[in-house]
Amino acid sequence: MNIFFHVVGLFLFLLVFLLLYRVVFGPGVFNRAAAISALGNKTLIILLVIGFLYHRVEMFVDISMVYALLNFIGTLAVAKYLEMEHKNL
Amino acid sequence: MIIIKILAVMFMIGGLFFFLTATIGILRFPDFFTRLHATGKGDTLAVLLFLIGFSLYEGFTLTSLKILVIAVFMFLAQPTATHALSRAGWRCGETLLLHEEEKNDSVI
Repeated sequence: MNIFFHVVGLFLFLLVFLLLYRVVFGPGVFNRAAAISALGNKTLIILLVIGFLYHRVEMFVDISMVYALLNFIGTLAVAKYLEMEHKNL
Repeated sequence: MIIIKILAVMFMIGGLFFFLTATIGILRFPDFFTRLHATGKGDTLAVLLFLIGFSLYEGFTLTSLKILVIAVFMFLAQPTATHALSRAGWRCGETLLLHEEEKNDSVI
């Protein structure tokens, strides 16, 4: 079962690495924001996988919950800020 | 017990598949809204499948209850974030590829 969690973690790391292309080269700020939101979801799952690998899930589940909250608030704040900025211009 | 573990592994493999499809969608689609369509739906389903799989693997404890709380929160929060981002993109003038093609046709 440990090998399975290693494989899942490495696969998610590969997906995050592929997603960094859209974060760096994506045309415009909205593509970057969408890619960062998707990257935060994968980070949430990677944190739980690390918790299962080190047998410390009861600690890592709290970190994962806080990461989910921060990802949601961050995406919402970026969207609202860009909309407001466009209205002022 | 082994049946529940196999079920959890199947849920996690399903989550990996939907993460892979969402990533291919956000890399290959031509337009902001189509990219957001792929990542919004695919990532929500993948996160839910992964969290259900982790909760089944953990068993009936307080930790699995917390993981299910994260699942309920993601089920509410992810469509809200996608909707806010797409509305901001639409109001700031992100164009659909379909509209650009129509514009080019009318010019020609």
